Amino acid sequence: MSFAAAALKLEDLKTAPFDPRFPNTNQTRYCYQSYVDYYRCQKIRGKDYAPCEYFKKVFHSVCPNAWVEKWDAQREEGTFPGNI
Amino acid sequence: MFTWKTMLLQDSASPLMEQLTFFHDHTLLILIIITVLVGQLMLTLFTNKYIHRYLLEGQTIEIIWTVLPAITLIFIAVPSLRLIYILDEINSPMITIKSIGHQWYWSYEYSDFKNIEFDSYMIPIDEMKPWNFRLLDVDNRITVPYESQIRMIITAADVIHSWTIPSLGVKIDATPGRLNQTSFIINRAGLFFGQCSEICGANHSFMPIVIESITPNFFIKWISKMTEI
Ligand SMILES: [Cu+2]
Repeated sequence: MSFAAAALKLEDLKTAPFDPRFPNTNQTRYCYQSYVDYYRCQKIRGKDYAPCEYFKKVFHSVCPNAWVEKWDAQREEGTFPGNI
Repeated sequence: MFTWKTMLLQDSASPLMEQLTFFHDHTLLILIIITVLVGQLMLTLFTNKYIHRYLLEGQTIEIIWTVLPAITLIFIAVPSLRLIYILDEINSPMITIKSIGHQWYWSYEYSDFKNIEFDSYMIPIDEMKPWNFRLLDVDNRITVPYESQIRMIITAADVIHSWTIPSLGVKIDATPGRLNQTSFIINRAGLFFGQCSEICGANHSFMPIVIESITPNFFIKWISKMTEI
C-alpha cells in the first residue's frame, strides 16, 4: 500500500527463497508451514515484532490467495486445525 | 497444417528445453540403430534358406545379446537421470507466479510485490482479431522477464489440469489441494504457447496458456502498471 508504484526497481524483485526443508516438487507444506509460523510468531513475540513479517512474505508468495482467505476465515471461527 | 515442425519438438527457448532436445535426439539415434539392426536381422532370417544344425545352447551369443542391451540402456538411463535432477533444481528464483487451473481457464497470481490477480481465458473464434492464433491466444497473458529464474507454483481449484509450455520444457500437473513447483529461465523475448495437458472436462481443449517474455525493465513497468489498477 505504501508501495509507490513508479519507485519499484529491479532490485526490489524478491520472492520466497529456496527452503531446504522443502526440496521437492510438492511445495504444499512450505505454504502451510509459513502461514502457521507467521501467526505463531505473532502470538509469541507480539503483533509488532518485525522478523515475523518474513513468514508473511513467504506465505503470500507461495500460497494461493484462496487458501489464505479460507484459513483466515477458519482462524476467525476458531476452526483452524493447525497449532498456532 | 502438417509440416516437419509440427512433427518435431518446438524450438527451445530455455536451457532446460535445450537439454531435453539433446536427450531426445540422443535417444532417438539409439532407437534408430536398434530398429535398423533388428530389421536387418529379421529380413535376412526371412530371405535365406540356411538351417542351423546347432540352434540350442549358444552360450556366447546369449551373453552378447544380454550384455549389449544392458549397456545400451545405461547410455539412456544415465543422461535421463541427470536431466530429472536438473529439472527439479531451483536455486534463487526472482519471482514466484502462482497458476490455478479452473474448469475451464487458468488464473494467475503475482504476490511478491503487491497482489496481482487475473484470469486468462481463450479468445473465442468469433472475437478473434486477424493476428490472433486460433484456439491458442488468451485475453490476459502471463508477463514474465527473460533471463531470470521464474518459479511457478501450480495448483487447481476443481479437477486435475496440467500446465504446459513445450518450448520451455515445462509440464506439471495442477492438482487440487497440492502446490506443485517448477522453474524456468527464458532465453529470449517472445510469445510462448501451451495448452492444458490433462483431460479436465468438456472445454479441456480451450484453456490455453500464453507467456509473454519481455525485458526485466519492461517487466518492472508492467508490474507497476498492474499495481496501479
Ligand atoms: Cu484443464
